[in-house]
Amino acid sequence: MPKLPKRKVGIIACSGEELPEGTVTRLAALRVLEHLRPEETVTICLPLFLAGGEGERAFTRFYPTVAIDGCEKRCAARGTEMYSGKPAASVVVSDLIAECGLDWPEGKRQLNAAGQRTVEATAARVAELVDELLEKRRPRRFGTSTKKEPGR
Amino acid sequence: MTDPKRIAIVPCSGIGKTSGTVSREAAYEVTEDLRPDRTRIIALSLLVLGDEAARAAVVDNPAITIDGCKLACATKVCQVRAGRVAQVFDVMDTYRRNRQLKSQGIAELNEDGKKLAHALAEEICEAVDRLTAAKKGKQDNA
Repeated sequence: MPKLPKRKVGIIACSGEELPEGTVTRLAALRVLEHLRPEETVTICLPLFLAGGEGERAFTRFYPTVAIDGCEKRCAARGTEMYSGKPAASVVVSDLIAECGLDWPEGKRQLNAAGQRTVEATAARVAELVDELLEKRRPRRFGTSTKKEPGR
Repeated sequence: MTDPKRIAIVPCSGIGKTSGTVSREAAYEVTEDLRPDRTRIIALSLLVLGDEAARAAVVDNPAITIDGCKLACATKVCQVRAGRVAQVFDVMDTYRRNRQLKSQGIAELNEDGKKLAHALAEEICEAVDRLTAAKKGKQDNA
């Protein structure tokens, strides 16, 4: 059987330099890319959709993507959709903070302890989404799932 | 964001290379420590999206871009949104003038990386001072 290219998920962070939440997106993306799912993820810089060529703009044709945004402006999700294609999933750090009852992060250059906890929570959520996306896209043989059902 | 007195500093927002982190650290050093009253950092992602306030910040004020690699995203996006850039910096140019500084790390820069960012920040401050003086000269002549 020929060796097929491994399916991967693209991670796109807003990286917003004006807000601590932007720093959270950057560090969470790095955590997923380098530690949590290094074999399953790749990234592209958001500005390359505008500054790069057709190759960058075709990104979402080849990779399902997860956008990580710091705030409700959702630059990563909207920018990706505008120039490449709709992200398969997205995480908004400010929403996650509210949802998980986390303290608000402080420090754009150096995050405080609350910021570090938010990075961990964001990275964990993104890793879950990566797993879900790869599971969803995995081809099923004979129409059955290989996933073990609860109770069996 | 549209404070007319502040020069816009637009760093690379890359997360794949150390030079992206150096560009950001230099931008923070200028805007928070060295020239906080005359500069303001502008997120590249807002310019990519065409955010009106971010666009106004680079259209109404001189903009300084800091590129992390040869793809020059910061400069290209700024040129698309503002039509012009007052001064372009490239981390690699500063490195060529400071080859003893071997920067490493993306999430956290090593000491050499911090020194390289500082050297770049000093160069940017010279440009900020020059642009501020030029602006003041124009106002005095008006």
